[in-house]
Amino acid sequence: MKIGVKILPKSEVLDSQGRAVESMLKNNGRAVHQCRVGKYVQLEVTEANESKALALAREITEFVLYNPLIETFELEVLKGQ
Amino acid sequence: MAKPVGILRFLGTNCDRDVWEAVEATGHKPQWLWHADQFSVGDYSAFIVPGGFSYGDYLRCGVLAAKSPVMKSLREAAGLGYPVLGICNGLQILCESRLLPGVMVRNIGRRFIDTWVELKLENQTRWTSGLKPGARIRLPIAHGEGRFYAADEELKKITDGGQVWWTYSTENPNGSLRDIAGVCNAEKNVCGLMPHPERAMHTWLGGEDGRQILKNMVAA
Repeated sequence: MKIGVKILPKSEVLDSQGRAVESMLKNNGRAVHQCRVGKYVQLEVTEANESKALALAREITEFVLYNPLIETFELEVLKGQ
Repeated sequence: MAKPVGILRFLGTNCDRDVWEAVEATGHKPQWLWHADQFSVGDYSAFIVPGGFSYGDYLRCGVLAAKSPVMKSLREAAGLGYPVLGICNGLQILCESRLLPGVMVRNIGRRFIDTWVELKLENQTRWTSGLKPGARIRLPIAHGEGRFYAADEELKKITDGGQVWWTYSTENPNGSLRDIAGVCNAEKNVCGLMPHPERAMHTWLGGEDGRQILKNMVAA
């Protein structure tokens, strides 16, 4: 089973990369109010049970993939992939 | 005296002073071009996009610089046939601007590499008019993302079209496809390479082969 992990900087954290991309988009006439840049991690696990796979992915994410001080994360089951 | 050579500066460019000195060392007059400004193309004889870490390599190496105002003018200059040279991050910027084919990705060994390499000239361009194909020179490299990559179809197109400019001749340091160290556009006026010719302008710098590239920038 594949689980997607979306990681974004917290809204109160200065996201310098997001700011730089946002500024480039505005300078090129793209109507963007705000842009934040995070990471997307795709985990392929052997666990076939969906809730167990999600629990494993959450454990992995909390173990190393994100830092709770500056980031938030969301998990999603990637079906049909 | 010939018109000045424009040197582009972005936030995070860090080889600009070296390129300035190198341009002067070949007897040409350098002039800065700021990233936020467009320029009048006809005021210059050639253009160099120096290396560095423009915009902290955010999003992808070179992409934010590629979308900046100064690049609109550079695109115009490239289209009119002016000589344009991208070095290291400058090459990445030209690739992200689609002025040059392909893209530079993470070195295959994952490490940043700082060393000297031997290069072989594969095809003649405006920037190497003093050399014959097959000529070998020695230049320093310093990059973490210098592995040339293009899909098979594009790789065939640039190989058949004589757009491979330089290859690593003895050892491929970064896993570049077909040992590619530098490429040019179909018209051969826009060229880019990962090695740094501006760091090899004097024997006391470790070599002066960089002059073989930089001395040809302005037609006599």
